[in-house]
Amino acid sequence: MAGAATAGLEARKLVKRYGKQEALRGIDLAVEPGELVAVIGPNGAGKTTLLSILAGIVRPDAGEVSSPNGDIGWVPQQAALYRRLTVEENLLLFARLEGHEDPRRSVEEMLDLTGLRGRHDEVVARLSGGNQQRINIAIGLLGRPAVLLLDEPSVGLDPRQRARLWSFVLALAERGTTVIFTTHDIQEAERYGRRLLVLADGEGLFDGSAAALRDAVRGEAPEAAGSDFETAFVAFLQHRGH
Amino acid sequence: MYWLLLKDLQLLRRSPLQASLLVAYPVLIALLVGFAISREPGKPSVAFLNEVPAGARVAAGGTELPAVGAEARICAKVECVPVANRAEAEEEVRSGDVLAALILPADLVDRLNSLSTLNPRTPEVEVIVNEEDPLKAQVVDDRIESLLAQANLLVAKRIATEGGRYLGLVVDGGSFDVLGTPVEILGLRAAAKILQELRPAVPPAERAALDRVIRFATLARDNLDVASPLIDRLAQPIVVDKRSVSAPTPPLEVFAIVAAATLTLTFVVLLLVAGSLALEREENTFSRLTRGLVSRSALLAEKVGLGIAAGLAVTLLMLAGLQIFVSLDWGRFGLWLAAILFGGAALAAAGAALGATARDVRAVSLLAFMVSLPIALLSLVPSGTVGQTLYDAIRIVTALFPFKPALQAMTAALDPGHDIGGPLAHLAILAAAYGLLARFALRRFAAT
Repeated sequence: MAGAATAGLEARKLVKRYGKQEALRGIDLAVEPGELVAVIGPNGAGKTTLLSILAGIVRPDAGEVSSPNGDIGWVPQQAALYRRLTVEENLLLFARLEGHEDPRRSVEEMLDLTGLRGRHDEVVARLSGGNQQRINIAIGLLGRPAVLLLDEPSVGLDPRQRARLWSFVLALAERGTTVIFTTHDIQEAERYGRRLLVLADGEGLFDGSAAALRDAVRGEAPEAAGSDFETAFVAFLQHRGH
Repeated sequence: MYWLLLKDLQLLRRSPLQASLLVAYPVLIALLVGFAISREPGKPSVAFLNEVPAGARVAAGGTELPAVGAEARICAKVECVPVANRAEAEEEVRSGDVLAALILPADLVDRLNSLSTLNPRTPEVEVIVNEEDPLKAQVVDDRIESLLAQANLLVAKRIATEGGRYLGLVVDGGSFDVLGTPVEILGLRAAAKILQELRPAVPPAERAALDRVIRFATLARDNLDVASPLIDRLAQPIVVDKRSVSAPTPPLEVFAIVAAATLTLTFVVLLLVAGSLALEREENTFSRLTRGLVSRSALLAEKVGLGIAAGLAVTLLMLAGLQIFVSLDWGRFGLWLAAILFGGAALAAAGAALGATARDVRAVSLLAFMVSLPIALLSLVPSGTVGQTLYDAIRIVTALFPFKPALQAMTAALDPGHDIGGPLAHLAILAAAYGLLARFALRRFAAT
């Protein structure tokens, strides 16, 4: 993608409460440019809350987020686009709202990037979930962000669509875009996340590579060390009291 | 904001049902209102059976009054369906083909004539009704009471006129027919004069008795002169002198146009704005848009602008359609625009406030109907038709929603003699208040 900046993102001591419940308890996160970070954890861990705060949609009760050049792209879990408009109309609208000098050129660029050039004039509602998600991500990329936040991007996609989605995301990372994504699929996190951030009950339990997480399991729950990554991850959570 | 407006218009165009409804609705309303106001009010159908023998006349003082043409008069007020007998009349009513059956019995004139005899009998007409529902029963009762009052008034007027004529004969003298023979009446005036002339010729001892007769004739003449107008008033002792303390009431057709235009404006603007805002949430685009692409206030302004534009187009289309049926004063176009723009703005702001409270388009549409329909109906309740406390409550409730001031503004725009400044100021205040409410509601729009 042209124009991707080289800045990363940093979050310090993020706290978020919903009533008496603490959704985030002092989370720290520093992401280098071009990193691919997977945020994982059980339901209610605070994954979506963290991404919403990083995206600037939700205000934290404490802590702060900084992105040196200020460009953070956000792709919500459910596709945020107009289903009764065509692929091209959606992209053109958001390119215009982003203030692109040549919005049509940006649309062409995104159509090439998403591989949807042949379906540019189709109404979005008629596209598959996978293709809708590609447009959803493409809209998130229109602002040419240095950091792209993806909230459970592969939910509801079949294996073929998931594979196409991840090759698309990996290509973005290779071009220098920092990508932070949440997922429930532990295998997916292991496969695509260069770095894993484990959250449980709003607490940051682990921050490191998949291999480092396996090492941690080996140390803390040796009985699960030889099992698959998901079983090892569950044993790790149990050992930490979650 | 321009691109958002363009997007909303694209979405409208992409939804053929919604777009065609936006065009069809005002056209349909215009046609319905146009047909209704360009035609005479429908007369109720009444089966009519006249059993009174032909040539029967009401008599007063031994003289038959001229024919009153009862059948023609009744049938001018209602749509008469002639029937041959009572059974047919009953069947017509039972089947619902007519609202009621009116039967003038054969002895009606005899009974009327008996009123001036020593054995008066009450004249009766027969009415057969089918009061299958309360509304219909009320209509039938009102019509019958009205017809009966008119018939009674007609007979009383005839009798009073004839009575006055006879009184005139007694006072002033003249001639009238008795069984075809003219009879000369001297009259009190002439009698008093003759007696006065004879008085000098009467011996003084007998003048006292003559003076008593002269005094009686003079007194009777003078007092009966006063009695004549009293008899005239007997038929209708009370007349109505109506004065209005309000601005002149708009003609019924103007009121119908105003009500139709305001209802159209209300539903189109309210539903469109509320639905359009709720759609941003349903499509999950609200958070994406307000993450720096547009401010919440700008998004709100765009929705209000969309509502005003659609309301203006649809209401003008409706008024243009009504022009086929009634002549509208296009010289007041500037005032129409002001009323539609201010009304549209207040309704759009109210729609935005509604749209910000609901999660999806269907829920917000239902909510918009549930709020606007009763408010619109309450706004049409005239003062004095309900208790004062209830009316005060209605006034407060309807003043909080833009329908009533929009109705008043449209009335002032279409009909001269009404102040438009007050309703426009009211609408401006409501637009600002609902705008603030909507802006406040949008704060939690993305979070929930």
